[in-house]
Amino acid sequence: MQNINKVCVVGAGAIGSLFVGHLGTLVETAVLTRRETHARDLNDKGLRVSGKSQLTARIHASTDPAELGDVDLIILATKATAVAAGAASLQGHFPRAKLLLVQNGLGCEETVRQYGDWPLISGVTFMSGVKHSDTHVEYELDTATWIGPWAEHGASFAFVKKVAELINRSGLKAEAYEDLLPHQWSKLIFNSAVNSIGAVTDLPHIKSFAERDQLSDLGHLVFAMMAEGRHIAEARGVVIAGDPWRMNVQAVSRGQSGDDEYGHVTSMLDDVRKHRPTEVDWITGAIVREAQKAGVPAPYHETLYRLVKAHETSWQRQPNK
Amino acid sequence: MRICIIGCGAVGSLFAAHLGRLNDVEVWAYDPYQAHVDAINANGLRLTGQSDFVAKVNARSDAAEIPPCEFGIVAAKTLHTRSAMEATQHLFANSAVCSVQNGVGNEEIIAEYVPRVITGTTFPAGHITAPGVCNQDTGGSTWIGPFAAKPASMGEVTRLAEACQRADLDVIAMEDARGAQWTKLIFNSASNAMGALTRLPHGVACDQPGVRALMSELAKEGAAVADKLGIVLDGDPDEMIDHGREVAYNHKPSMLQDVEAERPTEIDALNVGIAKIGREIGIPCPLNEAVAGMIKGLEHSWTLED
Repeated sequence: MQNINKVCVVGAGAIGSLFVGHLGTLVETAVLTRRETHARDLNDKGLRVSGKSQLTARIHASTDPAELGDVDLIILATKATAVAAGAASLQGHFPRAKLLLVQNGLGCEETVRQYGDWPLISGVTFMSGVKHSDTHVEYELDTATWIGPWAEHGASFAFVKKVAELINRSGLKAEAYEDLLPHQWSKLIFNSAVNSIGAVTDLPHIKSFAERDQLSDLGHLVFAMMAEGRHIAEARGVVIAGDPWRMNVQAVSRGQSGDDEYGHVTSMLDDVRKHRPTEVDWITGAIVREAQKAGVPAPYHETLYRLVKAHETSWQRQPNK
Repeated sequence: MRICIIGCGAVGSLFAAHLGRLNDVEVWAYDPYQAHVDAINANGLRLTGQSDFVAKVNARSDAAEIPPCEFGIVAAKTLHTRSAMEATQHLFANSAVCSVQNGVGNEEIIAEYVPRVITGTTFPAGHITAPGVCNQDTGGSTWIGPFAAKPASMGEVTRLAEACQRADLDVIAMEDARGAQWTKLIFNSASNAMGALTRLPHGVACDQPGVRALMSELAKEGAAVADKLGIVLDGDPDEMIDHGREVAYNHKPSMLQDVEAERPTEIDALNVGIAKIGREIGIPCPLNEAVAGMIKGLEHSWTLED
């Protein structure tokens, strides 16, 4: 069994930086960045983690994978929209490595496969962080990352368990599953409804998402969309692990700040507000494609998918809001 | 004849100014916007754009200063129907009141306050450019007819239509005006809702194939509700959507204008109205319900602190 002595993280946004900062205190950790200045700052200062962990990791960063030597594990932590570019930059490098993906949604494994033969590990992460600078990330939500071998061309489950163990020892949380799909789909269905509805209505994830009293209460749509998602999963042979509606109700009734209207600003809403391309193609769009493969209707997912895509068009027309 | 316009915004001003030119009609207008009221009383109500004249109108922000009237024409935004009727009901103790507002549900509210009600649907549009001044953007017809649950007589409906005709307003009296009402309602439920949710002008929204298909889906649900109610549409909403793309490509539907200004929308009279009636009569309107929930959510987002 291959030991994990060296890791390379690709993409140092909030999630990537959390992996770098934690793993960097435990094993030799390299970072492949897009910008030269980002790599230089990381090499000079290391990466500081604040919040739920207090760490500073010394790491080796570069924009050129050839400078980073051989590694045992690649963690591809870009946004879904940048996976193709990230995987392309790895092409021909790190032949011995396994590769872990932690993007939202479905479909990134197929993209990575086009650029290399690395055995893949699928991942779903629930942790969150805020990147304050290129060399400082705040660890916010310390919830687990679920990982499992990709069915089509995966690493062995024994190796996946080793990765989970490494992540746990580093101070982050991970759980290994032999079959990740039921877990992946629970999160996918949850994310699809909460993110796309939030993106269209400009709402953070607040308690309206769970209200179903009046005919025009938003919870009806959330509920209907999640039921449709579950139906599509079943049509694809996946019995989902957790109930997305219950995840929704719990998330909005946690009352984290004691403020009734407090709500998490989802990544898609954040993208919309900043006029960046969203991950809707990998989330809501992925469910639409799965429904097509299964030959079942997906009217709610199609509606939200189209609305988010059209909404993206509105700021492409007026880029300087 | 004494007529009171209730809500003297753009549409109300078009009716008030046209009728104000007739010698045998005394026009009153009730509106809470004091600067507009004062300008109308000082200088008359001026129309610009497709019309260009000034007419004498007696405007008041306090309905107690208005004498009893033979007819009322309600042109307030649907959101304000109830408060406007509460303020003015004493003017219409034995009169007929006609709604020329958007959507469904206004007549039911008006009927709680006055003895006889007329359903109306109007196409002329404009916008207030300054206190006392309204620019007429488009012309078009208005269809009016007795509201079945609390009807005005056909004689009354005809009298009102004739007065408007003499004032150069193309108002057509019909036994059943619901065909026109529902045709415009269904068109609005598609074009307004999609504009508001995508933030795109009508023509641009139509050019997104997925969005254009949703407009047709919304229209189909509305048409099924109308059909079950026994209403014969007097136009094809899908053709109206395409026609709108041709003649008003860059037009922002009023609901999109409301969204951009973070004002409450008329969703209750449009998609919520269709969905509620659909529930009552057993015609499922899942897309209208979904859209209603999202627009309500959007309105709610403006109340949150950043």
